[in-house]
Amino acid sequence: MHRRQFIQHAGLVTASSLVAVGGHGWFAKTNAQTANPKRLIVVFLRGAADGLNIVVPYKEAAYYENRPKIAIPQPGKAGGALDLDGQFGLHPALTDLMPLWNAKQLAFVPACGSPDATRSHFDAQDYMESGTPGTKSTQEGWMNRLLASLNTGRNPIQAINVGNTTPRILTGKMPVATLASGRTADNPLPIDRPQVAAAFDRLYDRNDTLGQVYKESREARQALMSDLATEMKAANNGAQSANGFVRDAQRLAKIMVRDNRVQLAFLAIGGWDTHVNQGASQGQFARNLQQLGKGLIALQQGLGAGFNDTTILVMSEFGRTVKENGNGGTDHGHGNVMWAMGGKVRGGIYGNWRGLAANQLYQGRDVPVTTDFRDVVSSVLTRYVGLTDSKLNQVFPNYKPKQTVNLV
Amino acid sequence: MKLRSRAWVLTVVLWVGMSVPVDSATPANSKIIHVLNRLSLGIRPGDIQKVEAMGIDRYIQQQLSPESIPESAALTQQLAQLNTLTMSPVALAQQFRPVGQGQGKQAQQKPNQQFARTTMQQAVEARLLRATESDRQLQESMVDFWFNHFNVFSGKGLTRVWVGAYEQEAIRPHTMGRFRDLLEATARHPAMLFYLDNWQNTDPKSPGARGRFQGLNENYARELLELHTLGVDGGYTQQDVIALAKILTGWGFRRTVQPVAQATDNDNGFYFDAKRHDFSDKVFLGRTIKGSGIAEVEQAFDILAKHPATARRVSYKLAQYFVADQPPKALLDQMAQRFTATDGNIREVLSTLFRSAEFMDSKHYNAKFKTPYQYVVSAYRATGSEMSSPVVVQNVLQQLGMPLFGCQTPDGYKNTQAAWLNPDGMTRRLSFATTFSKLPSQSVNAIQLAQTVGDRFSSQTQQAIASSPPQLRTAIILGSPEFMRR
Repeated sequence: MHRRQFIQHAGLVTASSLVAVGGHGWFAKTNAQTANPKRLIVVFLRGAADGLNIVVPYKEAAYYENRPKIAIPQPGKAGGALDLDGQFGLHPALTDLMPLWNAKQLAFVPACGSPDATRSHFDAQDYMESGTPGTKSTQEGWMNRLLASLNTGRNPIQAINVGNTTPRILTGKMPVATLASGRTADNPLPIDRPQVAAAFDRLYDRNDTLGQVYKESREARQALMSDLATEMKAANNGAQSANGFVRDAQRLAKIMVRDNRVQLAFLAIGGWDTHVNQGASQGQFARNLQQLGKGLIALQQGLGAGFNDTTILVMSEFGRTVKENGNGGTDHGHGNVMWAMGGKVRGGIYGNWRGLAANQLYQGRDVPVTTDFRDVVSSVLTRYVGLTDSKLNQVFPNYKPKQTVNLV
Repeated sequence: MKLRSRAWVLTVVLWVGMSVPVDSATPANSKIIHVLNRLSLGIRPGDIQKVEAMGIDRYIQQQLSPESIPESAALTQQLAQLNTLTMSPVALAQQFRPVGQGQGKQAQQKPNQQFARTTMQQAVEARLLRATESDRQLQESMVDFWFNHFNVFSGKGLTRVWVGAYEQEAIRPHTMGRFRDLLEATARHPAMLFYLDNWQNTDPKSPGARGRFQGLNENYARELLELHTLGVDGGYTQQDVIALAKILTGWGFRRTVQPVAQATDNDNGFYFDAKRHDFSDKVFLGRTIKGSGIAEVEQAFDILAKHPATARRVSYKLAQYFVADQPPKALLDQMAQRFTATDGNIREVLSTLFRSAEFMDSKHYNAKFKTPYQYVVSAYRATGSEMSSPVVVQNVLQQLGMPLFGCQTPDGYKNTQAAWLNPDGMTRRLSFATTFSKLPSQSVNAIQLAQTVGDRFSSQTQQAIASSPPQLRTAIILGSPEFMRR
């Protein structure tokens, strides 16, 4: 943590935003935060999801010529795509999302992605998370820089990462709360036990750097655990999905509903690197997509009215080859589709689609990137979150958006 | 002996509740603790007494010559059981993914994945065993240091089966040797060639340019300049990056053992493909390097290893690791001078560092925040515990954000407080401390533990220990601000 922020925090702490309760715990007094913060959730599809089979350009002969085994049939045919706008159709495994599309709260930007040419998952994810394609030395992720630029003061659970390690996108100077993923995620840690907590509270009741960070950690932990305790009671009534991503999405939504200090969240879902036996309307890709769709719906329904003040972005490091390979799969490509959903999203298809004719493809084989992913994110940040241009420059340093994408 | 028994009495008195604000450590003792904290990965039971007996100077001298320190039979035996540790990169690649095997042959994929897991687990186990058990502690610190300086990431393809071999072959033999040798060893290792993509780096006009070998790849050349040698402000330009990339064209590896006549570097796998090399003359950092093939890299590395910016960068990073997050400038100058005067002899540079007034300055005592790796290893060492399950330890490191061989980016893990002190990390360190101290295998006596690490706790920490239930005292010590630092 930076000294500067630290002093700021220290000031707030001594102004008694923290009170010791019962001699063994630190509880936050409810922060007088905006009642309805503008929330942003980023869902990252790790492994390069095949965007051409998510938002299907079903009018194009080239699509079917290139994908004899794995193409999604046209709308109306068996296992056909769900028509979106007469040109594109949605993969049938995402049928749960159609009500959102019809309510004009779901948008897609085909041919979107990072301008960097890499086909390495590792580099491409890194660039999309650091927000600086082509530059590896960037230390922080763009969501952490966003957190810093929101500048709303001390709030240990303003950003939540769902998972066990802090991903690149949230790495940086600002504190980020972690909601562990998986079945054992809600298992209490030793530090949750009052006796243990009391002992460490005594040990760290000091005003130095470690003491401050300790207090922050206890506050975030307690807020999350207390939100989760309520959630678990609720979960006993309803049927919670066994599916990992859906379960994580439900838990995150419950916490966000209960605690309006949470403004940013990040989830990742893997399994998209479909080099072999990808399937078409059914198969491994379809199953993964269905899980994703159910998770997104779980977020929307879980947020309830809060969905009106939430924007969810779905992205993946790059797309896959237009042509299927010899193993019923696809290899690493370039442009992909980016999704946005939320109460303030203006549903529709955005961006610049040039079709799949061979002379329009990137290096003769991939969907080109005609919309930089940072243009979409920047539009959401300025038009929806309300970031100024100078703040935006902190989030994406040395980048000037080439266009506004009016999807919010 | 007298000293120790007095400390013990004092400890007992304090813990039964009398808060006497006395610093139990003598000045001589605290200097020893400082040296042990910095050179080693954590103080073990008996270490302080050992250095007391032999003297600080001799301890430093001995640690600077790790080959003079015998490795215990138990450790040697444990390491000998890790069969993939001695396999060559070619053998490892062959077993992982035999050449000619298509991606669709799923029957073969399971054993491959199993082999990759085993290799990785053994690399982790070997590192942790040595870190906790070996008496060559400075060597282990330097392995930690250089691995991060020349980082490769196990999550990227073939690197997964090569990280252990990379540590064994490229890093360990050169930790305190010549920097130039280290540079060469890492550059020729398949793990580095794969991780930073140089194996695909090809002159687009060369006869070998086809398929995936289409053109120049600047990735490794850039990191060589930015991270491994000169540093980002080291005075090179984009043209130098391109020139170095051209110099490095054709540097790659083969996954099969070549006939002796063709082999360029036995079964390490390194292979120079002249058919993909750019044979034009290059201007690199203002010097002309004649197009000649593989020897061009040697000339470029000579320039880089002797460059004052490299001396400064390596000195800075060493001083940051061993002295302070913001190392004192006077020390950096001494170290850089020594680096240049000895043609990059790392042992000499370290000797200058450890014998400097700046290093011994008491303001640095217990002031460096431990990385998760240092924290976890030091907990095992302080309690004299055996590293029973490397998988469990790797999981803990994962939760703390620092799994071994798991740093994606080429800059390696940081070792500063700014990088590692955050709320979630704190929660997890304290939870680790609590869980760890309760493991049935750790029969840790809190008083013993306090003495092992020097019993230099603030009065507040002492009171927190004293006022905690006995079964929590070990956890409180391991979770204390004093134990978070070194």
